[in-house]
Amino acid sequence: MTSLDSAQGGVFNLKLGTGAWVLIGFALVAVVTALAVQAGALTRGDALYAVLVDPFVQMADMPDLLIQTLWDGFVAGMLYALIALGFVLIFKASGVFNFAQGIMVVFAALTLVGLHEFGFNAWIALALTLGVMFALAVAVERVVLRPLVNQPDIILFMATIGLTYALIGLGEFIFGGSPKVMITEELFLPRGSIDLKVFGGFVSLQKLDIAAAVIAFVMIAVLSAFFQYTRIGRALRAVADSHKAALSVGISLEQIWVIVWFTAGVVALITGIMWGARSDVSFALQIIALKALPVLILGGFTSVPGAIVGGLIIGIGEKVGEFYWGPLLGKGIEAWLAYMIALTFLLFRPQGLFGEKIIERI
Amino acid sequence: MFYREAGQFKTSYYADQAIFPILQDRIGVAAILFVAFTLPLAASDFFVGSVMIPFLVFSLAAIGLNILTGYTGLISLGTGAFMGVGAYACYKLTTIFPDVPIVAHILAAGFFSAAIGVIFGLPSLRIKGFYLAVATLAAQFFLQWCFVRIPWLYNNNASGAIEVPVRTLMGIDVTGANATPMVRYYVILAIVVAMTWVASNIVHGRVGRQWMAVRDMDIAAELIGIRLLNTKLLAFAVSSFYCGVAGAVMMFLWYGGGEAADAFNINQSFNILFMVIIGGLGSLIGSFFGAAFISSFPTLLKFGLPMVGIHIGSASVEHLTHFAIGALIIAFLIVEPHGLARLWQIGKQKLRVWPFPY
Amino acid sequence: MRTPTGWIFGTALAVVLAAGAPPATAEEGIYVPLLTYRTGNFAGSGTPIANGMRDYLEMLNQRDGGIGGVKLIIEECETGYDTKKGVECYESTKGKNPVVHNPYSTGLTLQLIPRASVDKIPLLTMAYGLSAAADGRVFPWTFNPPLTYWDGASVFVRFVAEKEGGVDKLKGKTIGLVHLDAPFGREPIPVMEELAKRYGFNLKLYPVPAQSMQDQASTWLAIRRDRVDWIYNQGWGAMNPTAVKEAVRTNFPIDKLVGVWWAGGDDDARAGGADAKGYRTLSFHGAGTSYPAMQDILKYVYDRNLAVGDRAKVGENLYSRGVYNSALIAEAIRTAQQVTGKKVVTGEDVRRGLESMNISDDRWKEMGFEGFAAPVNISCDDHSGHNRVFIAQWDGSKFVRGSDYIEPMKDLVRPMIESAAKDYAEKNAGWPKRTEACDGRS
Repeated sequence: MTSLDSAQGGVFNLKLGTGAWVLIGFALVAVVTALAVQAGALTRGDALYAVLVDPFVQMADMPDLLIQTLWDGFVAGMLYALIALGFVLIFKASGVFNFAQGIMVVFAALTLVGLHEFGFNAWIALALTLGVMFALAVAVERVVLRPLVNQPDIILFMATIGLTYALIGLGEFIFGGSPKVMITEELFLPRGSIDLKVFGGFVSLQKLDIAAAVIAFVMIAVLSAFFQYTRIGRALRAVADSHKAALSVGISLEQIWVIVWFTAGVVALITGIMWGARSDVSFALQIIALKALPVLILGGFTSVPGAIVGGLIIGIGEKVGEFYWGPLLGKGIEAWLAYMIALTFLLFRPQGLFGEKIIERI
Repeated sequence: MFYREAGQFKTSYYADQAIFPILQDRIGVAAILFVAFTLPLAASDFFVGSVMIPFLVFSLAAIGLNILTGYTGLISLGTGAFMGVGAYACYKLTTIFPDVPIVAHILAAGFFSAAIGVIFGLPSLRIKGFYLAVATLAAQFFLQWCFVRIPWLYNNNASGAIEVPVRTLMGIDVTGANATPMVRYYVILAIVVAMTWVASNIVHGRVGRQWMAVRDMDIAAELIGIRLLNTKLLAFAVSSFYCGVAGAVMMFLWYGGGEAADAFNINQSFNILFMVIIGGLGSLIGSFFGAAFISSFPTLLKFGLPMVGIHIGSASVEHLTHFAIGALIIAFLIVEPHGLARLWQIGKQKLRVWPFPY
Repeated sequence: MRTPTGWIFGTALAVVLAAGAPPATAEEGIYVPLLTYRTGNFAGSGTPIANGMRDYLEMLNQRDGGIGGVKLIIEECETGYDTKKGVECYESTKGKNPVVHNPYSTGLTLQLIPRASVDKIPLLTMAYGLSAAADGRVFPWTFNPPLTYWDGASVFVRFVAEKEGGVDKLKGKTIGLVHLDAPFGREPIPVMEELAKRYGFNLKLYPVPAQSMQDQASTWLAIRRDRVDWIYNQGWGAMNPTAVKEAVRTNFPIDKLVGVWWAGGDDDARAGGADAKGYRTLSFHGAGTSYPAMQDILKYVYDRNLAVGDRAKVGENLYSRGVYNSALIAEAIRTAQQVTGKKVVTGEDVRRGLESMNISDDRWKEMGFEGFAAPVNISCDDHSGHNRVFIAQWDGSKFVRGSDYIEPMKDLVRPMIESAAKDYAEKNAGWPKRTEACDGRS
């Protein structure tokens, strides 16, 4: 760490770590609140009571709902993490903040369902969709990345926005704008739910959600193994560290970019299938992709485990916040809660949970 | 041949510091202004109302964002919300003080927007780049939520919409349904010209140089005695002021009321960021180019194609427009990554040496 | 400068010049612009409606040569459910003497209401838009037949009372309103609050932000916590299929989830799969292709390859909604022709036509829509008619009629509309007084 960095850290970088301070803060609030309730200073009907005590009372009263909330948050978090993973892969390897990741999710899912509607068997459609995503990766590398190599970040970011527009136009032109139902049965995704009886209530786990979580885990494991143990994976990490150094040892940037964009395309396809199965496949899905942005902030732009932990924090935090504290503000706070969590977090740890410290030198 | 500064001698520092030191530039600006002011006399109401007015409104917003992103290097995705603050502030002001001229309210609304902008600009002291962009998204979503959830903002209207009352200026309706596109265009044009002039003076002056110093390297700027806190927050304030005015103008002089919370959504923020990047970061004229490209070009494509005899289904036109815009953005970036403003400069440079290549 | 850029600028310039030129004069006919959306986030609900609207008018052109012997010039303009594009569409069609505008978006409607009286083009906002516009004395140019959102909410409560066994049984029940967190979604709140006070049920609001339209997990969890008995869903677009799925997911009794008429897309219910069977929605028209007029659409439009939509989707609920809307347009034009005696009518004539419109059961039958919809009756004072609706129910593959026609609570809604209209006129200082004469019942 350079001296400049600690100067930027400011007041929060005291000797104790930031996390410790936050924990101490929470503990203090909890103790003070508990004392206040005991002493009768905080009673039902108080605004402070509603904020500080009531939600926890509710959690204790109806543990089944708490578990359900946590589970819903967990599943949403996994899916956010999947979208964020697509961002991270591309950002790591090519330094591009890929705005088009959201639309790639829609595009991939739409291609899959659209091809199935054209009469292909679901698995053939899946294979063809993978082919389309690969073609897209090659096209992006040829048309967008290669001519724009060495341009500032914001220009590449803008280029991915151009890509977003083009994909929206193309997707709607070929498959039409109307929403489609995801072909869950054809892909042998389970339906229905498992109802667990706990604490006098029940927790309903959708088989689809379980499948989503399992697939997400498998996917992340495979990706990590791929990065860790294969030749291409090592090349990818080399590129992420330094383009020039990678080039000088004979790694082809072009090839790596295609691979990375294709991987992001595969991630997008899986995300699309999962979200599509939860609601439907339509262009409205791209709004959900924006939720990946606070996840990225939490986890850092370059960290795969960060994307996952960030996704879970955002997913669970958002659902718990909306469920227990939302009614105080008239509900619907889910729309901005994730961003506020991320923003507060940023003030303490600007580089994200697992992000690399950006060291600046003059 | 015609465009060169040879023979134009400056005899004072004052003349040398002019924004348009070259005579031809001054003539050019005068010509543009002349065309802008006489255009409604020649063009149809549709062209003035649906092409020129949006163009001017977005230009103003793009100037606002350009001050922040282009000159100070802070990316913001909350532009739409800051515009919304301006619109709602203007609405509250004009319903509370109905007798004050609407233009005064529109400008006053900018100050409210500036205040909100400063609050959400505070994180910029610790974070930058895309991290800051995502932080401003918090502003976008939070403010948008407020626009729907605080009924006081829209005077408890049952449908949650801003209803623009009729306001007159020198006896002529400038808002409401009876205001002709021409009148509204002139009012907007006057505001945009005046504010562009002010912006031009700010960015060429001491403040503008501070902003650019921060953009180029904040630590170096700090070392030469620029206070980062003040400079960054000032950029947020001025930028939000411009966006707020643009929002108020948009709601009152262009849209004429309606579902305001929806008009200032995240897509609006993105659109204006596109305008700034495509137009050229750190260039006022680029803001105009960007607005023309992102806002007016799709409109012209959509309504222009049928007029020149190319008939495609209404939905297909929309798809093709999307695709064309996307492809053009990429094409432009490849041809000239520094935006349309850079093309403009290159053009001027070529003109300077024309007809000889060197 | 390299060539591509030059070429781009050239094209742009040509387009600029072209757009500046005055529009070509319309051929002899009645110009009906359709502001539709087949793109964007709400395309799912917008596309079938657009197809229905277009196909019915096209069928009239093919079968009867238009209305009263005058051909209809149909032009679609894509709004993408975006207010900016919508206003552009309005402005671009305004100059071609349109006889009526259908904004198909509440946001756009709110913007066009003040302009309608200036441009002398009536606005037909069929069961959407501003509820207060039902007061024809304040809004002579805006029409929202057959009923308003406020009527709809009252019908829902009436239906619940009927199912529960009387209005006195409502006391103590919990009724939830799941709504899009936008002006459209918030529209029924005042009526629901009033009704909650009157009948003593608990009203719980569940706003769904537009960004979380497709992720309603916490909303439905809250519904489970609050032990809600009945739910009214005021949703649109991708929000509806998600709501149905979530209801199924959280074991909410699906037949106690009632959607507003806009939540009644076949795609919305289909998303829930077999479990969505029993999902209810308000509706004011039938569905299916059994009606003679629907058969005519298949015969004159689809068999002649003049359609843009999918033949299999003809007769779906939202498609029928589009047809219904176009039937109202056609009937308004026809009435205008009768009232004025002119063949080629203008917007002002159609306004008069709308005010004198009276589609009785016999008239529906003549039009080939026997049993399709309840009579529609509009008067100068009452631009909505507060007409009856019924509850449609999803049987697993299509919507079928699930109840008799239910009368809205006009005694409650009408005074609210009148006071809201008065309020609107006051807030919009300088709102014009109605000067348009009333034709009365012909």
